Amino acid sequence: MTAPGFCVNAPLLPGFAQPEDDAQRVFRVLLDALSHPGRIHTVPLALEAPAPLATATGAAALTLCDYETPLWLQSPDAAPWLRFHTGCPLVERPAQARFALIDDPATMPALADFPQGEPEYPDRSATLLIQVADFTDDGLVWSGPGIDGETTLGVAGLPAGFWRDWQRNTGHFPLGIDLLLVAGDRIVGLPRTTTIREA
Amino acid sequence: MTQDPNQAQRRHWLGVLAQAAPAELEAHLSRHALPALQWLRRPETGLMMVRGRAGGTGGQFNLGEVSVTRCAVQDDDGRLGVGYVRGRVARHAELVALFDLLLQDDRRRADLLPTVIAPLAERQRAARDVASAQAAATRVNFFTLARGD
Repeated sequence: MTAPGFCVNAPLLPGFAQPEDDAQRVFRVLLDALSHPGRIHTVPLALEAPAPLATATGAAALTLCDYETPLWLQSPDAAPWLRFHTGCPLVERPAQARFALIDDPATMPALADFPQGEPEYPDRSATLLIQVADFTDDGLVWSGPGIDGETTLGVAGLPAGFWRDWQRNTGHFPLGIDLLLVAGDRIVGLPRTTTIREA
Repeated sequence: MTQDPNQAQRRHWLGVLAQAAPAELEAHLSRHALPALQWLRRPETGLMMVRGRAGGTGGQFNLGEVSVTRCAVQDDDGRLGVGYVRGRVARHAELVALFDLLLQDDRRRADLLPTVIAPLAERQRAARDVASAQAAATRVNFFTLARGD
């Protein structure tokens, strides 16, 4: 009984209060967000996610990730929480990821570094959760499936040149990646079918 | 990794607790003050695939699925108690997790190992020995005297 002390970690935050119900409600919101790009949706629960994750990022990660979805993290601080609650494998390189959490868009890898899918299986691509500073009323013109004509919505906190990178991403359809933009508990879907014009 | 003595010890008590009767664990637990707790994962029931080897040495095969209930609890120091039990008794999983948490505390372990774990382990071993003896008594040996051609 003289063994050294047992491994003690920093305390973890709890996940969803009702795992099944909450995950289903968030999944519905994510579906709505990707079917109506450019429309702001709100995650309908109060989840305390560990820094640097926002509420909506944490909720989406708990909903989407499981043991089959390799996850790439830009900063590793939330790794213990995600590993415990989802059991997802964490990967070193963006090219191995099915989901990626980006908390600092200024230093994020290029969109082309993530899996783009294969011609036979375009769904084998990455979905990125990007935390931005805020959404504003204007600045960008969005169009594509799920949008009646055009809609305007601005996104603050993305690096210069991001939208040029996005234009290249939409050029490879049906290949490409999909984005979920997050600010606090608000979330906006940006699938590869949406084209963005700077107003 | 399996050489870690703490890990071997923890595996032992988790196994003993998972096979103990919930009512008995409840009685033991009532004698101990619990620290401030937070349930990280409420009891949830799912299926696990149990794998076996023919004769204990053959290739692996899927024997069948078994329902398993698990939960996890943590104290303010970041100790994590986990409970995995066969069946669907949520309280049993909770009791295992609570004892796992208490047993990771060095001072409590010195008290709990001899008073809770050791007697339970001894009783489970005795029960297993009886069952093994009963099974061994029915053993039949086959002999082949000549091979028919």
